[in-house]
Amino acid sequence: MTFGRKVAKNRYLLLMMMPGAIYLLINNYFPMFGTVIAFKSVNYSVGILRSPWVGFDNFKFLFRTSDAWTITRNTLLYNALFIVVTPIIAVTFAILLNEVRNRLAARFYQSIMFLPYFLSAVVVGYLGYSLLSTEFGFINTNLLKPLGADAIAWYSEPKYWPFILPIVYIWKNIGYSTVIYLAAVIGIDNEYYEAALMDGASKWRQAISITLPQIRPIIIILGLMAVGHILNADFGLFYQVPLDAGALYPTTNVIDTYVYRALLTLGDIGMSSAAGLYQSAVGFVLVLTVNLVVRKFSKESALF
Amino acid sequence: MNASAQSSPAGVSVPAAKRINAISPGSNAVINVFFILYCCACLFPILLVLSASFSDENAIALHGYSLIPRVWSTAAYHYLAYDLHRIATGYGISIATTVIGSLAGMMMTALYAYPLSRADFAFRGFFSFFIFFTMIFGGGLVPWYLVYTNLFHLKDTMFALIVPGLLMNAFLVLTTRTFFQQTIHSSILESAQIDGAGEFRIFFRIVLPLSLPVMATIGLFYTLAYWNDWFNSLVFINKDSMVNLQYMMYRVMRNLQFLQANAQSSSSVGAEEIAKIPNETVRMAMCIVGMGPIVLAYPFFQRYFVAGLTVGAVKG
Repeated sequence: MTFGRKVAKNRYLLLMMMPGAIYLLINNYFPMFGTVIAFKSVNYSVGILRSPWVGFDNFKFLFRTSDAWTITRNTLLYNALFIVVTPIIAVTFAILLNEVRNRLAARFYQSIMFLPYFLSAVVVGYLGYSLLSTEFGFINTNLLKPLGADAIAWYSEPKYWPFILPIVYIWKNIGYSTVIYLAAVIGIDNEYYEAALMDGASKWRQAISITLPQIRPIIIILGLMAVGHILNADFGLFYQVPLDAGALYPTTNVIDTYVYRALLTLGDIGMSSAAGLYQSAVGFVLVLTVNLVVRKFSKESALF
Repeated sequence: MNASAQSSPAGVSVPAAKRINAISPGSNAVINVFFILYCCACLFPILLVLSASFSDENAIALHGYSLIPRVWSTAAYHYLAYDLHRIATGYGISIATTVIGSLAGMMMTALYAYPLSRADFAFRGFFSFFIFFTMIFGGGLVPWYLVYTNLFHLKDTMFALIVPGLLMNAFLVLTTRTFFQQTIHSSILESAQIDGAGEFRIFFRIVLPLSLPVMATIGLFYTLAYWNDWFNSLVFINKDSMVNLQYMMYRVMRNLQFLQANAQSSSSVGAEEIAKIPNETVRMAMCIVGMGPIVLAYPFFQRYFVAGLTVGAVKG
């Protein structure tokens, strides 16, 4: 069949896809081609297309700053921590929830745990402020003060944030991961446990020898997917929760917040587009690599 | 969990085995206490903000935020009432963009997913890759921003709150496609085709009515994404009259003067009056007003969300 015949035969299906296809073209493909601006010195007066090419100058400037190192380190370390801690806590929660004898209670706990996931990052910023505000926050006024400890200026001391941000991240997201792992735990065939029971296996033994091996594929797949996106930080967490406090940048600035600030507060298109392309390109290579690993491990779980 | 708990093999069919294998009452109590404590930790900051919003400003200034207001007061909400007009506008923008965006997003998602689910669609491979590639590579914020501001001039328009980034989610498209593949049997489509029904007729009369559960689930995902969005406002909105609810909360956190009543009172009255503005409690009241709808609706929508999450594997 010729191309023209094919189009004619499928014209209605093609027509259905057009709104979505045009949207992807504008929202995703135009920006992909737009990454060439990272190699330009953008001058609005002559327009982006006619702005002069500058080769790798923007990247040279970016990697000469200490920021490049800080944002890469922060992004990698926080995400690595999240990737390791999330399954440990979520799987533990899922196994424990599955053991709660009263199903209604288990369902209730899960619902409450899942609630923070639905709050916007702005709201989470407020909640954090109610706890951490130097003058009035709950921790300073109602925990440290009765203990006779000095108030801590949370929003101007970077050293506390490598602890605060992971706690907030876990608080907000663990309900989501728990739901996924709990579904996997519930899906395990009960025969395994019955057989283990006959052998006199304890609950602990059952968890280690049956539950964990059974849900191991999903733990590994989700972990590897997260590794593929290790350079993409949760913008809301790193921007809203520290309330964009400049003093905290050493431990809260990540690639995404850096690109945003360079573009919209400093107006530095060269630097921000270079950082953005650095993130996209390295991220792309990571996703491809991770996918190769996943294919080796379990073919049907690979993305492509 | 709700859906799967009922279908769990232990749940109904073999209760005896489950009971024998159940943990001891002691362990059960420990686990329950642990989860009760964790749930308290989940709710604690929300209750703290709620309590602060009903506190007297002076009590906060003296004793800080506490779980139960030391001195009750609704002054913060009275104060917000001066800005009722502005808050109502924020609500209006949030509701309008959420409704329009979610409906358009659901429609575009289904219309893109349906041909992909058809084995006889000649361009299936190309369009599958076309959407899949967007999930593994992106141009980044800067070119994306320039496309919408320099090419389409969306700054400070409703479109900026609906179109960029949010309108169609590739992950949801692939979920919907998988659902169509699994539930819409090709024999149904064939018999409809033999009866002479066109593709659009088949889609709207047969496929959509059979897919109401999945449509409801993806609709929920879109609704939450739109309702909670502040990023598009942060990037594209400068005009005060175009501020949605989330962004209004963000602006108030930065600067309470964003609320007009405060701005007016601080310009027309002396320093003594400014000092009386209940800064902290008004902020927290703003947070409650903004967070309220999600928390109140949560008990009703959460189980559909759980069901949607555990619907099954999605493959590219």
